[in-house]
Amino acid sequence: MKQFDYVRPATVTEAVAAAAQPGAVFLAAGTNLLDLMKGGVSRPDRLVDVTHLDGLDRIETLADGSLRIGALVRNADLAHDAEFARSYPAVAEALLSGASAQLRNAATVGGNLLQRTRCAYFYDTASRCNKREPGSGCDARDGENRGHAVLGWSESCIATHPSDFCVPLVALDAVVEIEGRGGRREIALDELHRLPGEAPERETVLEPGDLIVAVRLPTAARGFAAHARYLKVRERTSYAFAVVSAAAALRIENGKVAQARLALGGVAAKPWRARAAEDVLRGVAPTADAFQEAARRALEGAKPSGDNAFKIELARRIVVRALTLAAAGTPARIPALPASPFASTSGAIHA
Amino acid sequence: MPELTLTSAPAHIRHGSNIGQPLTRRDGILKVTGQATYAADNHPPGMLFAVMATSSIARGRVVSLDVAAAKRHPRVVDVMTPDHKPQLAIDPELKTNPFVFRMEVLQSNEVRYANQPIAVVIAETQEAATEGAALLAPRYETLPPLVGLDAGESYMPPVVGVGNPTENHLGDVEAGLAAADKQIDAIYETPPQYHNAMEPHAIVAHWDGDRLQIDMPTQGLMLSLARVAELFGIAHKKIHIRSPFLGGGFGSKGFLAGPQTLGIMAAKLVGRPVKLVLRREQMYGPVGHRAPTRQRLRIGTDGEGRLTALDHHARTVSSTFDDFYEPAADASHTLYAAPAIRTSHDAVRVNTGTPLFMRAPGEATGSIALESAIDEMAWACGLDPLAFRLKNYAEVEPMTGRPFSSKALRACYEQGAARFGWAKRPLQPRQMRDDAGLLVGWGMGTATFPALMFQAEARAAIRRDGSGVMEIGAHDMGQGAWTALAQIAADSVGLDIDRLDFKSGTSDLPDAGIAGGSAHTATAGAAIHSAGAAVIGKLADLATSDERSPLFGAGNAGVIAREGRLIRRDDESRSESYAEILARAGVAEIEARGTGAANPAAMEQYAMHAHGAVFAEVKVDPELGQIRVTRMVGAFAAGRIVNPRMVQSQLFGGMIWGLSFALHEAAITDQRTGRIMNANLGEYHIPVNADVPPLDVITVEEHDPHVNALGIKGVGEIGITGSAGAVANAVWHATGVRVRKFPIRIEELLTQG
Ligand SMILES: Cc1cc2nc3c(=O)[nH]c(=O)nc-3n(C[C@H](O)[C@H](O)[C@H](O)COP(=O)(O)OP(=O)(O)OC[C@H]3O[C@@H](n4cnc5c(N)ncnc54)[C@H](O)[C@@H]3O)c2cc1C
Ligand code: SF4
Repeated sequence: MKQFDYVRPATVTEAVAAAAQPGAVFLAAGTNLLDLMKGGVSRPDRLVDVTHLDGLDRIETLADGSLRIGALVRNADLAHDAEFARSYPAVAEALLSGASAQLRNAATVGGNLLQRTRCAYFYDTASRCNKREPGSGCDARDGENRGHAVLGWSESCIATHPSDFCVPLVALDAVVEIEGRGGRREIALDELHRLPGEAPERETVLEPGDLIVAVRLPTAARGFAAHARYLKVRERTSYAFAVVSAAAALRIENGKVAQARLALGGVAAKPWRARAAEDVLRGVAPTADAFQEAARRALEGAKPSGDNAFKIELARRIVVRALTLAAAGTPARIPALPASPFASTSGAIHA
Repeated sequence: MPELTLTSAPAHIRHGSNIGQPLTRRDGILKVTGQATYAADNHPPGMLFAVMATSSIARGRVVSLDVAAAKRHPRVVDVMTPDHKPQLAIDPELKTNPFVFRMEVLQSNEVRYANQPIAVVIAETQEAATEGAALLAPRYETLPPLVGLDAGESYMPPVVGVGNPTENHLGDVEAGLAAADKQIDAIYETPPQYHNAMEPHAIVAHWDGDRLQIDMPTQGLMLSLARVAELFGIAHKKIHIRSPFLGGGFGSKGFLAGPQTLGIMAAKLVGRPVKLVLRREQMYGPVGHRAPTRQRLRIGTDGEGRLTALDHHARTVSSTFDDFYEPAADASHTLYAAPAIRTSHDAVRVNTGTPLFMRAPGEATGSIALESAIDEMAWACGLDPLAFRLKNYAEVEPMTGRPFSSKALRACYEQGAARFGWAKRPLQPRQMRDDAGLLVGWGMGTATFPALMFQAEARAAIRRDGSGVMEIGAHDMGQGAWTALAQIAADSVGLDIDRLDFKSGTSDLPDAGIAGGSAHTATAGAAIHSAGAAVIGKLADLATSDERSPLFGAGNAGVIAREGRLIRRDDESRSESYAEILARAGVAEIEARGTGAANPAAMEQYAMHAHGAVFAEVKVDPELGQIRVTRMVGAFAAGRIVNPRMVQSQLFGGMIWGLSFALHEAAITDQRTGRIMNANLGEYHIPVNADVPPLDVITVEEHDPHVNALGIKGVGEIGITGSAGAVANAVWHATGVRVRKFPIRIEELLTQG
């Protein structure tokens, strides 16, 4: 393996300083980063291990009713926190539909947000990839691309962001707390990931040294708990990335949608918030027609980037289904097959 | 090798016979406690680590390697390249027998496929060797690769599979089709698939002067030994291979592969023991795979739904430098009684590693196409798929007219259908929904696999203390040879299994033949059975010719061996223990050898196959197209069942593989570069637990007096056949959409809402 330094800073400030240098990266659970290093895709000079930093593994309700999730909270711990799952059921369901139990036990909140694309050409160092090697070209464009983006892509990159967790988070207006060289700041999760444009190598707005310390769900996010679902279509029942996914959350008052939240996964380089679709639902009855119209709006502007036109139609159908499920009400328990179209079938023990 | 502590606890229930008992794996505790030593677990003193650098192009030449950079890396010891390597005794391109496949062992700079080994870096640590390999930064002269089923001019291979004719005819297919009342003409495609055994190919090679000690997983100890001997020009007796456990093989560990040869070469080059283990992605090239196929089936039926003709053509691929042809169309030889059958193959050459045997080679690919086509034909005739199959039931092997040595397929259909509840199936597709509104479909397929026999030898001995020994260089790939063969061995010498020392898994033992073709239990079992009989015969001679023995005069045929005693057949009160017989004769040990092989006369006379019927239920989301198998029942008739627990596991595994074939597995090849883009277990999908429904296996009783002395047919591969088609047919029955390209993808089902 390439030789690299490994440092384990004691404080957030030290971590930021250690990671600000060229060639340094943060190491959380490493479930993505170490794979990339073994494949020669990432060749960092220095790993800054943040897993021992104090105070980043807490789930706390703040005075204003918002929820603060430390960047080191494990995906599984968050999903299995009963209070969390009750208040943000779609987020818990999304977490449990991701990866495998072993990976979820290890993976952290911060790492999940910043996991890299699963584009096969990005992972294959013999292929040209603008994200891995800026300016080299994009072999996915005319290659095996049935899983690639249908929204927000550019000629220079058609990759998608693979996270499930991020999809309901972005729907619920999650905020990311960042500690950087200039101190602490926060941005909307929707602003964290960049669309590729001309510079697909710049995946986020983070600057060198920026450490995600927490993700915050605003007070209003709780208001959707009664009608919130995540739905993920995939090519096996578990342990597969989304072909397309959707998070739908509704606030229903007097038989009308007071507020709707909708986001799509697996369709773009970022979790895709569908605000236009949310707008058409505001104030109307939660009917099949309204959901169809919302689906149409959500996919406006979508276009295939290769052999993936089916994803557009599939995304429309998922939107309708996710909204329908959300309108029907959050189930009392997270299904044994979370976020699966088969969630309602009996007999499943686990995923 | 340290003695293996095999367990037979929990104490099994026995009724006087070891064969037929559902013993748990005797190596199970070793495995779950991590004490089972797989090849890569061996670390002889002074061992170095070798890592292959592999080609990122599929066709061309390596023009440079930065050997200096690799060597400069700390702890790198040497770099083996075409210019710097030990000489082999023979040209590795030479095909010295039909079971020799060409391998890449740095004989030139030519690149014939992606992931071909192009250099080996040897270092003090795995990490240093890995980095050294990365530092080689190869430069290539690249030629446009040949990729896919239409890569070039097609040709008719001389043979397919293992020496099968490329074409077979019975009657006049065109006339049969012309005269048909109804016809179907359909094209099915199956993708390239890779074995993906859990344990990667590995070798620890240790030269001691001109002696060679090898630890590696192999399904063919003696075949591998012979290949090593000829490649390195050393006598067989100087080579010792240990392969006590394999973490799966599925055909990919049948023959010595290039990477394992490179491990031996590396050890020779540096004069120290070397370990070489493939990374997962390196298994997608030099160790074989299942070739893709495109199969056209034309079937005709008369007004009653009886077949008038069956035409099955398969296009497949081989590598640019060697020949192996997936005999997919041969699947149509045995199952359905058509008066006219034609099977044929053609192929194109592509830049891949040579395709090889992969669990049910030809049978699996052919079965999914045939069983889909039969389903389509049944529907065209307006007949229930089971009724249609029964109408066309083959009473004799259609292609040859030979009677079957045994065939309990009707019972499989009956028992499977009853257990599944098939009678309630509506004929029309898209009729059933569950409470949640999901589409439900039921499909079936017929399973079949030939009952093969290879050649094996075993040595049996009875010791002075009355215990027994059975020695055979057999292979436990996880299927349970340590247990099932020991059961046969114990019965063969009339001993409790705990009184028998069963030795296996190394090359110094008698040749057990290859563990392939679902024939290992039958072949090795037959050798064990005859060695046991021979040693008991000798013991009986000793006793019955000794005046002092209570068995004196009983004659050779007149005793029974049971629980460590010889007993007079005509008077069970007269018996003597093995220990007593040997003690009196003053013999420390008495031994005999036995062999197992096919009986050519019986093979001439009878068609020998195992059979089965698989029924599957799937659910499909009507709008989203995601599929899930929710129930499978398989009823199989495969002769004598040596260990029901292990047989059930084999059949489960096969059925899961069938599900995988229909819905999941495919290597995705970039058409421009010939590179495989999903060479890892995250993206090369196989079913996970959540995909596998409750499985129900029925073993249907079948006595076969012809296949071999024990009446054993194989169970290793048959489970895939039938199952893949059953799942595909169930998807059609659920949705009304007939998908003919496998695996079935979501987008194919989105056309209907
Ligand atoms: C086989 C497989 C299947 C998977 N399937 C799914 C799936 O279905 N759905 C899904 O959503 N995910 C899936 N994943 C991805 C998984 O969720 C991520 O690998 C995991 O969440 C990453 O978390 P980690 O803590 O291991 O991050 P690491 O691998 O340690 O880090 C990932 C990246 O984030 C950076 N980073 C980590 N923490 C911080 C921080 N606090 N501040 C700034 N930067 C940081 C690292 O520098 C690195 O670039 C899968 C992964 C694998 C290997
Ligand atoms: S799609 Fe993006 S990540 Fe994939 S190869 Fe192209 S540039 Fe690289």
